[in-house]
Amino acid sequence: MSDSGTLTKTDLVALTGVNKHFGELHVLKDINLSIAKGEVVVVIGPSGSGKSTLCRAINRLEPIDEGTITLDGQPLPSEGKALAKLRADVGMVFQSFNLFAHKTILQNVTLGPCKVRKTDPKVAEQRAMELLERVGVANQAAKFPAQLSGGQQQRVAIARALAMDPKVILFDEPTSALDPEMIQEVLEVMIDLAKQGMTMVVVTHEMGFARTAANRVVFMADGEIVEQASPEEFFTNPTSRRAQDFLGKILKH
Amino acid sequence: MLSVLTDNWELFVDGFWTTLRLFLIAGVLSLALGTVLAAFRVSPVPALRAIGTGYVNTLRNTPLTLVFAFLVFGAPKMEISLPTFFWSAVVALTVYTSAFVCEIVRSGVNTVPPGQAEAARSVGMTFMQVLGIVVLPQAFRAIVPPLTSVMIALLKNTTIAAGFSVAEAGAIPAVMAERGENQVATLVWITVGFLILIIPLVFLQRWAERRTAVA
Repeated sequence: MSDSGTLTKTDLVALTGVNKHFGELHVLKDINLSIAKGEVVVVIGPSGSGKSTLCRAINRLEPIDEGTITLDGQPLPSEGKALAKLRADVGMVFQSFNLFAHKTILQNVTLGPCKVRKTDPKVAEQRAMELLERVGVANQAAKFPAQLSGGQQQRVAIARALAMDPKVILFDEPTSALDPEMIQEVLEVMIDLAKQGMTMVVVTHEMGFARTAANRVVFMADGEIVEQASPEEFFTNPTSRRAQDFLGKILKH
Repeated sequence: MLSVLTDNWELFVDGFWTTLRLFLIAGVLSLALGTVLAAFRVSPVPALRAIGTGYVNTLRNTPLTLVFAFLVFGAPKMEISLPTFFWSAVVALTVYTSAFVCEIVRSGVNTVPPGQAEAARSVGMTFMQVLGIVVLPQAFRAIVPPLTSVMIALLKNTTIAAGFSVAEAGAIPAVMAERGENQVATLVWITVGFLILIIPLVFLQRWAERRTAVA
């Protein structure tokens, strides 16, 4: 286990003593986690283990009860304009894509830069087309989200996140809502991003992605970080009983 | 039958003109106030939510005649003076109707999946931007039909102003009775007048529904 609780200069995201409850349920228990710049951290664990909540807490879509979360050394503000400003630097890719349903694909990508960063619309459009090209959906730019396949929508969502030039991108089960044949096209875009040095926190069930792209695997169960290690180490030699059980269940088939 | 209308043409025109002005001014103001109240009710600030809820529960549950009475008779006693009876009526209709508009806008907001707002917040939009750019445009489609109903109700509610010294269409029967005109014919012509005012609203609804039907 690495000493992830200590804050070092290169830490981009740092969670210290984070606790959260949903009523009676203790969903995050004393979470200490730090993510370095350029690091790709994959969070895995059984459903209900708190991994999505952890991911959503980092940009405060889920407020926490206790502890601190810092981004680039700055603690997360609780509400208002300061929080919005900070969120602009944190990309988020959702399980259900959440593209703006009333906007075209191109507008989905330019909306953030234009409205939040006040980028000139012409400049934002040009950059958006480059990003859509990069994720392979540039030819769909004029369509509405509902006209695209799930895989295409998720790639647009990644382009939308990239358009803000984020310091880190959070992926909350990005392939869980996709038909099997579309998972690969999304993972390829993500692997590409990882190679280019993007800081990423990825909640996923895709063990293949964890093996190829992750620098570190964080295993969660019952709201706790049970174990964290490099992918080779984790998949070949998990130390905790719960990780062994989990891997036994998912790697059997 | 027709002579009832033509002989008293000016009375009808003046009355309906006042009705139309009451409706348009109170309509625009209650749309604005109602939307602001709805924003209060879905805002992250508990105090604003409480104000919105308190307002709606009070105004929606007070009979409109009482709201009028408060403004026409009560307000001057509290040294709040509105320039004319007409403006008292505008304020009464606005504060009453905006409570209903608020609830319609809020229910429209609730039809938009929460993921839309989460995505908007994630790209760094402020609360007002999330609402104005992402949520309300998508809520609009669900809002159009019930909002049209409330606007039609507002148009008809303007007739209460007649009881508080505003010479709108609802005040026509009393004058006609003094003139000894046929009461049934008078009421028929007033109904026709309201139908003529309401028909454009129905067309406006159809147009708005068609415009928002895409995507």
